[in-house]
Parts: sequence; structure tokens; C-alpha cells
Amino acid sequence: MRTAILKLMEKNSRIDFQDVADMLDTDLETVKKTVKEMEDEHIICGYHTLINWDKEEEERVTAMIEVRITPQRGRGFDKIAERIYNYPEVKTVYLMSGTYDLMVILEEKTLKEISHFTSNRLAVIDSVIGTTTHFVLKKYKDHGTILAEPVDERMAVTP
Amino acid sequence: MKNLLSDKIVNIAPSGIRKFFDIVSEMPEAISLGVGEPDFDTPWKIREEGIYSLERGRTFYTSNSGLVELRQAICDYSRRKYNLDYNEKECLVTIGGSEAIDIAFRAILNPGDEVIVVQPCFVSYAPCVILAGGTPVYLNLSVENGFKLTVEELEMAVTDKTKAIIMAYPNNPTGAIMTKEELEPIADFIKEKDLVVLSDEIYSELTYGCDHTSIASFPGMKERSIVINGFSKAFAMTGWRLGYALGPEEVMEQMTKIHQFAIMAAPTTSQYAAIQAMTDCDKEVEEMKESYNQRRRYLIKAFERMGLECFEAKGAFYMFPSIKEFGLTSEEFATKLLEEEELAVVPGSAFGECGEGFIRISYAYSINELKEALSRIERFITRLREKK
Repeated sequence: MRTAILKLMEKNSRIDFQDVADMLDTDLETVKKTVKEMEDEHIICGYHTLINWDKEEEERVTAMIEVRITPQRGRGFDKIAERIYNYPEVKTVYLMSGTYDLMVILEEKTLKEISHFTSNRLAVIDSVIGTTTHFVLKKYKDHGTILAEPVDERMAVTP
Repeated sequence: MKNLLSDKIVNIAPSGIRKFFDIVSEMPEAISLGVGEPDFDTPWKIREEGIYSLERGRTFYTSNSGLVELRQAICDYSRRKYNLDYNEKECLVTIGGSEAIDIAFRAILNPGDEVIVVQPCFVSYAPCVILAGGTPVYLNLSVENGFKLTVEELEMAVTDKTKAIIMAYPNNPTGAIMTKEELEPIADFIKEKDLVVLSDEIYSELTYGCDHTSIASFPGMKERSIVINGFSKAFAMTGWRLGYALGPEEVMEQMTKIHQFAIMAAPTTSQYAAIQAMTDCDKEVEEMKESYNQRRRYLIKAFERMGLECFEAKGAFYMFPSIKEFGLTSEEFATKLLEEEELAVVPGSAFGECGEGFIRISYAYSINELKEALSRIERFITRLREKK
């Protein structure tokens, strides 16, 4: 039941709980209770809106920064990750396998702000050995959703 | 010119759906629950195979009966999924299930042969029987039996001229399915009366709560069954126009002959793409099926709340609620609904006489679309009830 609810809410966090109950053949109370439990257990960590900022006038720059670091004795990568993810402008931090250690995704208004963050916030942390910054040029698909508007081109009535 | 047209063709009424489609297409703002095809796109891996086959320049004809790799894949799939034992000589790849139905009748019927057409059903069965020179005998199912076929009903319809019976489970338009236990006496009857069965199993992947059983899988049935299936519904491939028939080699040989003269071969691109569908798409199908099932349950609950009588459909992607309480014919109901609420559904009468008093609702739509459509239905029937 939990997984089924999560799958529906992952696609649409605004889905009506009564609809969820109907779709999963259960009752409203069960759905409400399960969601509440999952919120309490921090399985559901928040409700976001997927926005295509490109269509809004406001300028946004997204950067993906690869960060290489030396892990600290006894604390591994977690402590350094924490120092990075506490910045509110940091949207995402992942620990990665491969040629670098942390993937940091940053959203800012201008390129200048991003470069400022990289040079004055990230690079100065002792354990950070190096960074590589990539800028996102265009978003096609985000969170499993294709950003172009879907159209139903089927004929209205077919046998 | 005195006699331009064939009387046989002229006397066949056009599909009731077509008539309705013409009205709807004049109303650009109307929303519809009238579509008989999936709302999903074909899974990308299948489309990718189609594109790849074009890139490779595979733009030639295939053999008349279809690519041998595809026929092999179809046989493997049918064995794995439905416990059917066919080899590639007993498989013919066609332009959708529709062509398979047409040429199957043409291959088996002689003038005067009767075919029991189990209704309500897909619109093409009876016209195909007539075109092939046979005589359709309509067997009207009842909602009391959940639109399942019974031996008693067959007894009533069978005569000494009966050659074949055409049935489709999971069913369009009712959404009814038949379980193994329910099919067994039907299979026995068909054997006893020495009939042929055309089993249109195009919705075989879309059963909810139990697996599909093919009537051809019962002992002694293979030699008298023609199984029709295809890629349109399970793999969301309607526009690729690809289906197939499985049956005794001697029947397939005759069907291939008609196919060869009329069609040549099914589209090559579609055939290459379909190999992918048969071999590596179980997960995609399962996901689509789960989504249909969620919408099905959503509709069941919604109809319950509206007090709209509807038996629990367990297959395909249709619901077939009864509208008898309103004292309108299904065509009147559907037309009024379209005029007043700009919502298109298909009148049950388009699927045979016994579909009268019902409407077909397709749930090949997103939950949000269904929700909007349901609120229109609710408004509409509330008004009808107030008037009474």
C-alpha cells in the first residue's frame, strides 16, 4: 500500500486522497493515515512543484558542480557534504561513485553568482581538492516529466 | 451507369460509432471518453526498434506471413503467457486484428454457413461474416450473467448450419472477462457440436485480478480455434497496424493466400518493432495495466456514488454502465450528453442490439480527464433525475 501511494504521489503530490483511495481500492482514512505515517517517518520529505522556469520570464541558471574531496578521518564524506548542503542556494547534493565525490546542483539568478559560490564557498573548504562546474543549457525532462506540453492527438471516438 | 455498387456492400449499415464520430468532430471543445485505444504512447524501446529498422534501410517486403523471427517470438510469447502451443507455420502476421478477423471468415465460410456472433461486440464481426458470404446469427448476452457467454445461450443459437462462433474476451465494449472455469463448458460445447471458434483476444493482457485464459488452450480445441491477437492494446501500438492469427496450419495456409493477394505483407517497420514488444516489454505492459486498473477502480467507485448501475468489468479498458433508468435510448442519452455537457461516450447500441440501454465509457484517459468527465456525467444525470 505504501509503495502504491508513493508512486501516485511522486507523479502528482496534489492528488486528491479520495481519488487515491478509489484507485487503490481502499478508504480515505487509510490513505490519510498512511501518508501521515510516512510524513512522520520522513519517507515523504516534502511537496514540491515542478516548474519550467524557462517559460517564466525570470532568468535562472542551473549548475552541476563536481566536487572532489579528501574524506575526513572518522567522518567520511558526510561532514563535508553537510557543510555544503546547508547553503540554501544548493538544491541537491549526492555522494557519487566514479571520478569525483559530490555532485552539487545549484540554482542562481546569474552566472556570476554561481562562480562566486564556487570560488568563495566551495573551493575554500579545506577538504575540497577541486571542482568542475557544468551549466545546464536546456531542461528537457525533470523528475520523470517531459517538460514539453503533452497533446492528445487521438481521434475523439474510435471503435 | 445502371448498377455502380455492390448490393451486398450497400446493404451493410455503416458503423454506429462512425456516425457518432462525425457529430463529435464538429465540436472542437468537446471532451471524450469514446476512444478505443490506449492513452499511452508506444513504449520508447519499441519505437526505437522501429526507427532503427528504418535507419538500417529495412524498407523491403517481408515474407507474406511475416518475419520468421517475429512469428517465432509470437509463438514463444503465446506459450509463455497463455500456454498455447503453436509453431511459426501456424502463425500469420496481419494488418491489425481486424484484417485477421476478415480473412479468417473468408478462409472458413461457405455460402449459407451460419456464424454465431456473440454480442455486444466489436463492430466489424457481423459485416465481415456477411462479406465472406456467411450469415451472422446474433447471440445477445445479458447483463444478469455479467455479459459472459453460457452454454444455454449457445444451445438456443446453434442450428445445423452453424459453422463457427466469434467471441471476444476480455470484451469490448463491456469489459467482461471469462475465467478458465467459465470457458471450459463452452469449449466442451464447441467440440461436441463440431464448431470452429474465432476467439478475438486482443485485450488478453488487460485482465484485472486473474490471468487470461485462451479457449484454444483446452485439450482438443487447438484444431478448431483461430486465435486473433495483436499489438494495439497491450503495447499501445494502434497506429502501427499490426496483429496476428494463430490456428491450424491448413487454415493459416488459406488465410495466407488471401492475405498475399490482398495485402502482400504487414508493414516491415512495425514487424521489427513488434519483436521488441514480444521479447522485452513485460515490465512496460505491467505498468500500463496497473494504471488502467487504478482508473477502473476509480470509475467503479464514482459510479457507485452517482448511483449509476454498472457491473464490475474486469478486463480491457471499458465500463458499460446501464442508463435504463432514464428512459432514453443509448443514442438519445449519448447525443444529449454531448449537446448539453460536451462529453462524448459511445452508445451501447453501436455494439449490437443488446447494447441498448448501456453506454460505453473508455478509461484510456488520465485520472484528471476522467474526473472532469465524471463531473459532467453526474451533472447530466442529476438533471435527468430531477426532471422525472
